[in-house]
Amino acid sequence: MMDMTPFSTSTRGFAIGEPILELKDISLRFGGVNALTKISFDVREHEVRAIIGPNGAGKSSMLNVINGVYRPQEGSIIYKGQRLSGMTPPRAARMGIARTFQNIALFKGMTVLDNLMAGRYLHTNANFLEVALQMPRARREETRNREAVEEIIEFLEVQQIRKTPVARLPYGLQKRVELGRALAAEPKILLLDEPMAGMNIEEKQDMCRFILDVNDHYGTTVVLIEHDMGVVMDISDRVVVLDYGKKIGDGTPDEVRSNQDVINAYLGVAH
Amino acid sequence: MNNYSFFFEVLIGGLLSGLMYSLVALGFVLIYKASGVFNFAQGAMVFLAVLSFVGFMELGLSFWAALPVTIAMMVLVGMATERFVLRPLVNENENTLLMATIGLSFVIEGAAQLAWGVDVRRIDLGIKDEPLRWPAENFGVFISALDLTAGVVAAVMVTLLAMLFSMTKAGRGLRAVADDPAAAMSIGIPLQQIWMLVWAAAGVVALVAGMLWGARSGVQFALVLLALKAMPVLIIGGFTSVPGVIVAGLIVGAFEKLAEVYLGPSIGGGIEGWAPYMLAVLFLLIRPEGLFGEKIIRRV
Repeated sequence: MMDMTPFSTSTRGFAIGEPILELKDISLRFGGVNALTKISFDVREHEVRAIIGPNGAGKSSMLNVINGVYRPQEGSIIYKGQRLSGMTPPRAARMGIARTFQNIALFKGMTVLDNLMAGRYLHTNANFLEVALQMPRARREETRNREAVEEIIEFLEVQQIRKTPVARLPYGLQKRVELGRALAAEPKILLLDEPMAGMNIEEKQDMCRFILDVNDHYGTTVVLIEHDMGVVMDISDRVVVLDYGKKIGDGTPDEVRSNQDVINAYLGVAH
Repeated sequence: MNNYSFFFEVLIGGLLSGLMYSLVALGFVLIYKASGVFNFAQGAMVFLAVLSFVGFMELGLSFWAALPVTIAMMVLVGMATERFVLRPLVNENENTLLMATIGLSFVIEGAAQLAWGVDVRRIDLGIKDEPLRWPAENFGVFISALDLTAGVVAAVMVTLLAMLFSMTKAGRGLRAVADDPAAAMSIGIPLQQIWMLVWAAAGVVALVAGMLWGARSGVQFALVLLALKAMPVLIIGGFTSVPGVIVAGLIVGAFEKLAEVYLGPSIGGGIEGWAPYMLAVLFLLIRPEGLFGEKIIRRV
């Protein structure tokens, strides 16, 4: 199989750079419920950044704020030095932010190949006439999209199931295809919502390897959510810890592991 | 008249009226493809579209002036539907959307009658529902000029829409949108624009269907019941297939006319009314996804 040691910063393809995404004092409420309270952290270019926390800590809400599903009542999001407002998921996608979902959101009736091709949506620009008449631009574009998708198929080792409708695939493979569809968009930032939830050890190890390979090979910045601390600590450069919508820890895996608040949140504390 | 020419007359008449069913069913397919919901309001849209068209003409507009005005109005109706009915319901259960379209159908029917009154109107397309002379004289086959026109129009619209779906970016995004709106948005598909586009297109299709049906049976409230006629076509062709709608329309049209003429005398008349539904039930039992629909896959 694989060994679980993380790539050290010096051997990876892209050195960690400046912050590409900054979240400042984000507060999100649903009615009277505070989902997120004054959360601030940044994500540096090319790093693997994890958001962890117990169930209901606000991790998914955080991700949904980043790609525009939710609009926070307070706070600002700065992406590539630019303050974002009025975000929507399609706009986030156009700006290079791709994502996967906690409960797999694939196009169930389509094959693996078609799902990945759908991921190329933003790289399709030929107009009606160009396609109808098979003009050069349309043909070039089609070829380029095919090549990109084939590369991902090879990368994620899903050659044998390329023509299989995704609804027929086991859970672990569906998660992998969903990662592939996000990658097909050639994102700058990849948001992964519990990419390893519900997987067995072997599937988790495979997923870890793919995430690290994506980061190493394409330089994609990864923001991932997980509530199981173990695996994430091994593959993340830095970790944010949330609990009840508040940030209780932020730092390298080692720093976070020895943080008393984090230990309390995970193990419970006697009052 | 010999047996063969009579058979062909029935067959051709059936096929052509089948294309008129296709035209109505096409509106359903458009919206089903984009939102996975059976749009109960499609019949109401047909009614509203043609009633408004006739209304605009009564206000003094010419045929060619009323046409773009009505099209613009249907596009606006489509956009308003997206904004006020669908957008608040993004990611809701399909049943919720279905209920919303039922509500929408009442609103549209009410608004149409409020604006234009409840009288039955006539619409004159300048095409008579009379047999064409050439086939009648040469082959003894009677084909209605209106049927033939409707058939040609339906074929043209279907071809255009099928091309639009397979060759444009929006068309390619459609299936993804219907399958999983949240996922579709996350890969950059502008859900709202696509829904708007599709509802506008469905409105235009409704207008064309309404004009042809209105010319045959009068512009009246009964047009909303066309939705029921579209059901067997949709079930047989598959809810998601534009070409399927054409094939199924032809099957339904031919089947009901032939059944009426050849089976009617032995098992009682009026088969035409229910034969298509029997055929649809048969399909539901044997091939529930229809001839061209997407295969339904369930993992247990």
